[in-house]
Amino acid sequence: MTALAELTSACLARLKGSQVITEPAELRTYECDGLSSYRSTPGLVVLADSTDDVGYVVAQCAALNVPFVARGSGTGLSGGALPRTDGVLIVTSRLNRIVRLEPDDERAVVEPGVINANLTAAAAPHGFYYAPDPSSQQVCSIGGNVAENSGGAHCLKYGFTAHHVTGLEVVLPDGSTERFGGTAPDPVGYDVVGALVGSEGTLGVVTEATVRLLRTPQAVQTVLAAFRTIEAAGDAVSAIISAGVLPAAIELMDALAIEAAEAAVHPGYPAGAGAVLIVELDGPRCEVEAQLADVERLCGEAGAFEQRIAADAAERGLIWKGRKSAFAAVGRISPDYIVQDGVIPRTALADVLQAIDEVAGEAGLRVANVFHAGDGNLHPLVLFDEAKGQTERAEEVSNRIIELCLDHGGSITGEHGVGHDKVVHMGKMFSAVDLDVMQLVRCAFDPQGISNPGKIFPTPRLCGERPGKRSGVHPLQQAGIAEVF
Amino acid sequence: MAQTAELFRPTSIDRLAEMLRTASDDGRSVGIRGAGSKETWGGVGAPVDAVLSTRGLDRIVEHAAGDLVITVEAGVALADVQRTVAAAGQWLALDPPEPGATVGGVVATAASGPRRLRYGTPRDLLIGITVVLADGTVAKSGGKVVKNVAGYDLGKLFTGSFGTLGVIAECTFRLHPRQPALRAVSTPTHDPAERFAEVLATGGEPAAAEWDGTTLTTVFESIEAAADEQAERAILAIGGQLSDAVPPGFGARPWDATSVGLKVTHRLGATSDAIAAVRSATPNARLRVAAGSGVVLAGVGADDLGALDSLRKSIAALDGQVVVASAPEEAKRDVDVWGPVRGLPVMQRIKEQFDPDGRMCPGRFVVQP
Repeated sequence: MTALAELTSACLARLKGSQVITEPAELRTYECDGLSSYRSTPGLVVLADSTDDVGYVVAQCAALNVPFVARGSGTGLSGGALPRTDGVLIVTSRLNRIVRLEPDDERAVVEPGVINANLTAAAAPHGFYYAPDPSSQQVCSIGGNVAENSGGAHCLKYGFTAHHVTGLEVVLPDGSTERFGGTAPDPVGYDVVGALVGSEGTLGVVTEATVRLLRTPQAVQTVLAAFRTIEAAGDAVSAIISAGVLPAAIELMDALAIEAAEAAVHPGYPAGAGAVLIVELDGPRCEVEAQLADVERLCGEAGAFEQRIAADAAERGLIWKGRKSAFAAVGRISPDYIVQDGVIPRTALADVLQAIDEVAGEAGLRVANVFHAGDGNLHPLVLFDEAKGQTERAEEVSNRIIELCLDHGGSITGEHGVGHDKVVHMGKMFSAVDLDVMQLVRCAFDPQGISNPGKIFPTPRLCGERPGKRSGVHPLQQAGIAEVF
Repeated sequence: MAQTAELFRPTSIDRLAEMLRTASDDGRSVGIRGAGSKETWGGVGAPVDAVLSTRGLDRIVEHAAGDLVITVEAGVALADVQRTVAAAGQWLALDPPEPGATVGGVVATAASGPRRLRYGTPRDLLIGITVVLADGTVAKSGGKVVKNVAGYDLGKLFTGSFGTLGVIAECTFRLHPRQPALRAVSTPTHDPAERFAEVLATGGEPAAAEWDGTTLTTVFESIEAAADEQAERAILAIGGQLSDAVPPGFGARPWDATSVGLKVTHRLGATSDAIAAVRSATPNARLRVAAGSGVVLAGVGADDLGALDSLRKSIAALDGQVVVASAPEEAKRDVDVWGPVRGLPVMQRIKEQFDPDGRMCPGRFVVQP
């Protein structure tokens, strides 16, 4: 019997039949996450109903040396939850209880399958919300957000998932369950919670998270400013930041992204715009009103030909709808597209946009630009037609964009994660030694290398080896390497 | 640290790495020292063979003002960072009070001050780090852009690690625009938690709030009109004196080098209970309560450490922990400085991966060398 077959019978012996999926047709429905260009049918799928279920399956995996991959809602865009044919996919979406809502403590305790937006909905009557707001927040799970350190439009002011998680319950790769942190701040010891958030499922499976709830701000104002050119919109972003204003969000869409959004959800953005900027301010009313005046003035000075201020939540919702649906909307104007996620220093925006334009032009493809302009997080959408054999060229353009980000001192991913998709780029951003040292953390958690193997790191390290190479011994003073007192 | 330890003062990261490589070959244990402003913090260090001063790593590598990011070597004083970025109307939003403290020391001890209420602690502002491990391996994680999720975040692990995973050599931080106006409202009260809740109910968003045992000081930082209005609303709600500067002693530690400092954390809704527990266990404690942050700092005498266990018990019921944050060596030699640590076995495994021979800052932290 293969290890996977042994694991399957162990799961069937312990769990309910409805929790264990072995039918090939059913298994295939889990073959990819939100990045459907990579597919791999899992050897087995288990739908966990409790931490104990997760602990049991992982312990069996450890005993049988079978790899496991955790999956929440499956909306990830880097193939982080891409299954293994030789392993089990542990689905946490049925662990969807909000365990406790503690407004007095400004915390919520949630199971990993809780949908991001549902937490804010539950906290809202108490005057609170959960800040990280990835565009997929209506469907993505908090467990997945924790794995990917998800951001969203509002992380410019409020930070990412890592800033909002204060405690975790984790099933470690040996099957044991451990808790780190809690509701109080500054837990004693290494910041293991900080290391776990964003580790993309490679250090274990999160089975419960304690997260911060923020007070709903007294006032929110959303401005939609339309510009003739994307350069003018970029200038407005720089002017706003230089003025010392820290908006909750600054989002930019170019003409192609606007066209797509209009085709899909009709947000009614100003006609003739080469770019629109969405600026959202929140905080105490007096502060927001003063900043709103600044933002309007600065956008006007940068050349905005029309500015609209959302009069109410409905208008705000419509402005945001165009932005948040932009990825999917691109499907209306192109048969296929690649969503890219790169980061540049904000000041390099104009240079990089021009370079993207050139790269796309050379390849004869179109690129729609949607991005979190305030923090330099680009989401270029490379449009192509597979039927016309453009796939390879599109991938080249997409890769070239990542290299542009690195050339300008940026990052290969701002919020979608490395997952499977960007493993090839890690060696361009980090040295082999950097990656080896990061994997010391992996070795502390998962010496067997069974927790979502093949993600993040291009080369797994054999735990026990020391990173780097040792050079010969040189007496300190002789080499003159340090002043000796 | 042993008196006889050799002191090394590398002037570049390469030299630092070579020094550690040599120390590794010789099997020597290594202590790390910045400005020495927190030598009384943490566990009692075991004697070490060599002490590494980071003061030679004193370069401000890059201030990208337009991107609100700065990269500095670990030996740069936090005050020098603030001076550098102030010219651009910015600041690194960390305000621990220790004079002369270096960036490396602030990060290694996760030191924070009252403005953590709005901006968080070093972990929240550190976006990239270069570290040197015990065997001289130089590695970096993170980067120079605020938004970045590529690879593991070693910065989180090294923040607050007291040098036990390796040497912090260089840090990149996110900066914030400095707000043009400050308004402080000082309100005498015996119930800071209730008063602070009343301030929040006005819709104001204080940058910091601190209660010193008799007076709650609530600080608003914003553009002038908004700072004024928030302060006025706060005074309407809870009364108090308005000032355009924080009162003397604001953000200071309620202890000195000869007394004992306790750091008591708790769930945010239990501030009053935490204060009561501290006062009951150590009636003469001097207090600095970071209202809204879940941290009570208490200055006590060495004799008060006898009450540590019972205080830990009452604070555990509030989901919090009690750490002997600062104390003279003789006062904490027989004391469990950290108390119970959640997830310690995993931390020990992390330590063993980064410093398998246990040579870095032995004794200073929760893990065994």
